[in-house]
Amino acid sequence: MNLFESFRSGVQSILANRLRSGLTMLGIMIGVAAVIVLVAFGQGASNSITGSIEGLGTNLITVFPGTAGGAQADANLAVKDLTVDDAVALNDQVLAPDISAAAPTKRARVSCTAGTLSHSTAMVGSWPAYFEISNSEVSEGGYFTNSDELDGRRVAVIGKTVADNLFDEADPIGKEMTCNGVPFTVLGVLVSKGASGFGDQDDTIIAPLTTVRNHLTGIGSLDTIAVQAASSQTQAQAQEQLTAVLDARHDVEAATRDYQIFNQASLLTTVNQALGIFTALLGAVAAISLLVGGIGITNIMLVSVTERTREIGIRKAIGASRRVILLQFLIESTVLSLIGAFFGLVLAFLVTRVEVAGIQPAIVPASVLGAFVISVGIGLFFGSYPANRAASLRPIEALRHE
Amino acid sequence: MTPVLDLVDVTKVYGDGDAVVRALDGVSLTVNTGDYLAIMGASGSGKSTLMNIIGALDIATAGQYHLDGIDINTLDEDALSIVRNRKIGFIFQSFNLIPRTTALANVELPLAYRGVKRGERRDRAKAALTAVGLSDRMHHRPNELSGGQQQRVAVARALVAQPSLLLADEPTGNLDSRATADVLKLLDQMHDEGRTIVMITHENDVAQHADRVIVLKDGRIDEDRLNR
Ligand SMILES: Nc1ncnc2c1ncn2[C@@H]1O[C@H](COP(=O)(O)OP(=O)(O)OP(=O)(O)O)[C@@H](O)[C@H]1O
Ligand SMILES: [Mg+2]
Repeated sequence: MNLFESFRSGVQSILANRLRSGLTMLGIMIGVAAVIVLVAFGQGASNSITGSIEGLGTNLITVFPGTAGGAQADANLAVKDLTVDDAVALNDQVLAPDISAAAPTKRARVSCTAGTLSHSTAMVGSWPAYFEISNSEVSEGGYFTNSDELDGRRVAVIGKTVADNLFDEADPIGKEMTCNGVPFTVLGVLVSKGASGFGDQDDTIIAPLTTVRNHLTGIGSLDTIAVQAASSQTQAQAQEQLTAVLDARHDVEAATRDYQIFNQASLLTTVNQALGIFTALLGAVAAISLLVGGIGITNIMLVSVTERTREIGIRKAIGASRRVILLQFLIESTVLSLIGAFFGLVLAFLVTRVEVAGIQPAIVPASVLGAFVISVGIGLFFGSYPANRAASLRPIEALRHE
Repeated sequence: MTPVLDLVDVTKVYGDGDAVVRALDGVSLTVNTGDYLAIMGASGSGKSTLMNIIGALDIATAGQYHLDGIDINTLDEDALSIVRNRKIGFIFQSFNLIPRTTALANVELPLAYRGVKRGERRDRAKAALTAVGLSDRMHHRPNELSGGQQQRVAVARALVAQPSLLLADEPTGNLDSRATADVLKLLDQMHDEGRTIVMITHENDVAQHADRVIVLKDGRIDEDRLNR
């Protein structure tokens, strides 16, 4: 009696009791579907948040002015402003070879009008390199140039939301808008990044730094310096070079540092860790329903063993060993569980096609594999007690059973 | 030549204390190859108990039992299942076919447990079913067969593995006279081919088919006679 034949006879006896087998499978099916779907939603949430963090820029490191202690910082420490010269120094290929670009930014709250339409938003003043650093591509029109920046021309690139609010259906390229009383010519519209955990990333205007400083904010401290590491592998080196350059320029060391660094990679790591725990918890809750399904298998297999006591007796009388009987019932419970898992998988695939609360669930291959391995495990584990009972029946008593 | 069955002073006791029942009380019996033995006796005289011990389904409380020279009392459950598979073919009063399983699959089963390959198994099972006159009923399930046909399937299943001993417990107990005649004819045929048969029966005319009849009474052999 080889494994394949035992498998076939397992399927046969499952088919012989369709309704009962179906109801038992339902437990496993729901459990498997729950595990895969909940993990897929966790993964979907993670993808969405990761996507919006990555939308901030590629290999982005941001420098802010001020001490880590904030207001409570030692009053004796003179906090130096972040300056355009700091940004220039960070672009030095000798001192900071792993930094591919650095751009200073200055932000202004503006309310803009174009024709009869108006819209309030934030305007970022920076250098042309900022487009690359912040992952901002134009979908229509073009970027401003270094000469626009040097001459402080009143030109701007606007996000999709701003374009929709100020120009409605019309093409904004070449049109004029007035922000806090200053007229700007629109050069381009940015590719949409969509809404995310960080608000609407399309609600922004990018303009030359000199223009923003001259007309809107005045020459004060910069808000940030946006720095791009040459690659994701060299983020750590880039950050080291960045601190070395700025520490030397500001004449500070680790303890007295008057600027702060925000590293996109480490944020991603932290967020992904938190989301990983969240997803694992979801999976664990779902796994409980799988456990309940498993108990259903034990229950139904016990009924089946009792019902088939006489059959087991006959089989033993004509020479079935304990091992053969054990295997027969184990295979039956495992096949039952596997078929349930298969339908659970189908259900999960159907359910995860639906987007819920803006999250597109993403099926994690490991959870599919895991669900199958676990359901085989459940079949074996929860089938082992009934199977053992069947195998250890004494033949004469089993034969006498009515 | 070693006898097929060799029982010496076999005793089976059920229960303990006041409720103790000596179902078998010192049975000694030898059956040689080719013998056809009928066991008779009143209800409760110990026939089925003796059959269970002979069939290696149960172990005697005391005494010696050798089947084909093998000391059955010393074997464990797994070894007993091998002995049942290789040495014994069972025919029961209530047929005891596996439900929802075709006649062919039922007859194949002892060979499957022995590890015979599928193709050979199939051929041998078909031959056995043909021998009992059921070549046109191979793919029927037990609930699609008459009692007599079911018992013939059971005979085919008992024969297919070529056991040393055919053991039948009231094989005609649930059959009408036609079917009884069919089954007895099959057993006679097996006997003519040299098989060893032990059969329990209540009926004298069934016992007439055997060469030798023993009668049990209160767990002892009361009478041991040769027919004809
Ligand atoms: N499992 C058991 N536990 C206790 N007593 C038993 C058991 N099996 C049989 N007995 C007793 O042993 C005695 C012999 O029983 P057995 O079944 O061998 O009789 P039998 O000759 O086959 O009878 P029948 O013709 O009615 O089938 C009876 O007194 C019966 O009550
Ligand atoms: Mg009896």
